Amino acid sequence: MDLSSINPVLLLAALMVASTPILLAAIGELVAEKAGVLNLGVEGMMIIGAICGFAVAVETGNPYLGYIGAAIGGAALSLIFAFLTQYLLSNQVATGLALTLFGLGFSALIGQSYSGIKPPQINDLNIPLLADIPFVGPVLFQHDIMVYFAILLVAVVAYMLTRTRAGLILRAVGESHDAAHALGYKVVLIRVAAIAFGGACAGLGGAYLSLVRVPQWTEGMTAGAGWIALAIVVFASWKPWRVLLGAYLFGGITVLQLNLQAAGVKIPVEYLSMSPYLITILVLVIMSADRGRASLNAPAALGKSFHAAS
Amino acid sequence: MTHPLLSIQGVTKAYPGVVANDTVSFDIQPGEVHALLGENGAGKSTLVKMIYGLVKPDAGRMELHAAPYEPASPHAARNSGIAMVFQHFSLFEALNVAENVALGMEDPPPMATLAERIREVSETYGLPLDPARLVGDLSAGERQRVEIIRCLLQDPNLLIMDEPTSVLTPQEVDILFETLKKLSAEGTAILYISHKLEEIRTLCDAATVLRLGKVVGACNPREKSARELAEMMVGQLLHTPDKGAKETGDVALAVKDLSVASQNPFGTALKDISFEVRRGEVLGIGGVAGNGQDDLLAALSGEMITPAETVRLGHQPVGALGPNDRRRLGILCAPEERLGHAAAPDMSLTENALLTGAIRESLSKNGFLDWARTRGFAETIIEKFDVRTPGPTHAARSLSGGNLQKFVIGREILQRPEVLVVNQPTWGVDAAAAASIRQALLDLATDGAAIIVISQDLDELMEVADRFAALNEGRLSEPRPTQGLTIDEIGLMMGGAHGMEVAHVA
Repeated sequence: MDLSSINPVLLLAALMVASTPILLAAIGELVAEKAGVLNLGVEGMMIIGAICGFAVAVETGNPYLGYIGAAIGGAALSLIFAFLTQYLLSNQVATGLALTLFGLGFSALIGQSYSGIKPPQINDLNIPLLADIPFVGPVLFQHDIMVYFAILLVAVVAYMLTRTRAGLILRAVGESHDAAHALGYKVVLIRVAAIAFGGACAGLGGAYLSLVRVPQWTEGMTAGAGWIALAIVVFASWKPWRVLLGAYLFGGITVLQLNLQAAGVKIPVEYLSMSPYLITILVLVIMSADRGRASLNAPAALGKSFHAAS
Repeated sequence: MTHPLLSIQGVTKAYPGVVANDTVSFDIQPGEVHALLGENGAGKSTLVKMIYGLVKPDAGRMELHAAPYEPASPHAARNSGIAMVFQHFSLFEALNVAENVALGMEDPPPMATLAERIREVSETYGLPLDPARLVGDLSAGERQRVEIIRCLLQDPNLLIMDEPTSVLTPQEVDILFETLKKLSAEGTAILYISHKLEEIRTLCDAATVLRLGKVVGACNPREKSARELAEMMVGQLLHTPDKGAKETGDVALAVKDLSVASQNPFGTALKDISFEVRRGEVLGIGGVAGNGQDDLLAALSGEMITPAETVRLGHQPVGALGPNDRRRLGILCAPEERLGHAAAPDMSLTENALLTGAIRESLSKNGFLDWARTRGFAETIIEKFDVRTPGPTHAARSLSGGNLQKFVIGREILQRPEVLVVNQPTWGVDAAAAASIRQALLDLATDGAAIIVISQDLDELMEVADRFAALNEGRLSEPRPTQGLTIDEIGLMMGGAHGMEVAHVA
């Protein structure tokens, strides 16, 4: 075992890259949950985003068009969920699970001819001046644009939710759809929009996996990232900046265990690869143990169907 | 003559199976306090929802300032100067006062300015409120202030108030009336919906009475007696339950130094509660909603376990027993929330009868259910308590509130309880059904059971209870005999005015 073989600069830089897909998916799910919708189909939307993004990028040769395609693909899949849960009032948990299964299967179908291809590359930004700072430069300022976009998105969501009227209405709908309806807000429309936003973000997260992080297409390549994103929203007690923290924590452990494996730590590889998931479970247990004020952040109408009673 | 502020002409609205409003017509003059009077299900709520743009009428027209008025949404209604205070508050518990107010306004100013204006208006009208507090932490009276202030900030021409006093202490009601009189003097018309006749006689200038969706009368309530109004509203003579003379026996249930934290984050912890109920006695527990009623019921029913000695049945400590063990011993409960707590909405009446009756009525043997016996039990409840339903196979959800309530209370009474605890036994129930439920409770007491009635309806408590105590912020006042208790004394037991003051006249 040789721990000195782990380079802290590379480790931290890899952490930011490893966290980006779940960060994107989690911030989208946070918005949907704030509107009172529990969409368990994040995994399905991510993998659809992964293949849509990959296919569009390969066909057009332009990775940025790939991201747009991924966002559209994820949002389209989420709209199926929106139609079923908001108009047909189906159960959100069951529909979300079905969405994940459907997404995994459907992506495999689309992806058949894309195995083993390399996607067009995205260059790192290398922000001038900043990127040259020793240590900090390679860690923070030499990434591709999506890493920064994800962080910007967290900031925008945080600002929207707490400071704007649109955000206030969104939270109100998630808090009590009956009261929001009585005041004349269009509960279903607002929820559909939130679901679509969540789908687009999950799609982007998936595309980041297939275009940058891996980068290639394999069936089931999201490997549970969508479920982790769901857990991170709870971990963050529905607060945007804590989602960032949660995603980095999880990304950090993932990267660290890879590095430990490479360094030849004498623990069976299986234990190391399960560690991020174990830690997620542990954190959720600790979070849920305190049922007092902490649980207040949970949107009160989360997962409940709304039907305008006349 | 000037135009009426709002004129309603022949408005009709039908839902599948029921005509909620049938050619309803009346006028509201500017600055008038107009009462809309009627029982539950008379169509009051549907009518105001149409005025507020939540529901569209099938036929008929409305005129505002002599111009056609067809609000497509509450936004349109608010833009036309109509504001509404809801019966079941349209507030968001996890948001603060200022955010709640902003959500009910068309274009709210920035938060800082809004907070300033909330302070200003709340002081002018004697309704003090801190804009930064979470609504979930407020008392029912304070929540209503939030709704009223939300309306006042929009300078409405017409303020609709749907049963505003059902959650207030008598002192708070007085202060509310001062505020409303001041508003009406400033020219704001008020449409006041209630079935509390004395209130309407003190406050209102005109009244329209609805029964089964139709206008059955219009009058000046000050010239009518409460009895005449009640007869217009109900359409028949009301029978007041009679309290038979009775002997009270030994202590049936004793609660001593019960302190327990609430199970719900916005709930109220119970603090040092002690009381006794004797056989044959009805103890009434009053208090404004949200002062620990649900938690007290949970502690008595066994949903919330407490140290064994805090609750005793006769001499036996039962505090540590769960609901089924307590049922076996004879403590039965009927909680407030009918659908979801007292009854499972999608299960049939037979199944619901089984849920609480299995033990005392021996409806199951060795883990197998005796359906024939259970159906018999359900049919007995339906027959004895005059539950209007096609039969015991129908889902609990399909019954009207009053009928389901009769079923739920009847189910417990027929199990011959030693102690019966009911929470809000006649909430949302029409007057005739309410009277029969109260009579059944009194009869049960005459037969020697001890009864605890938790209710927010003071008239009901005065009617059925032998002794009265009030819950205020989780503490229970010393129980006192109801005979000779005045409304003022009751109000003080309930915690007085919760820091409100009479409107400063500007």
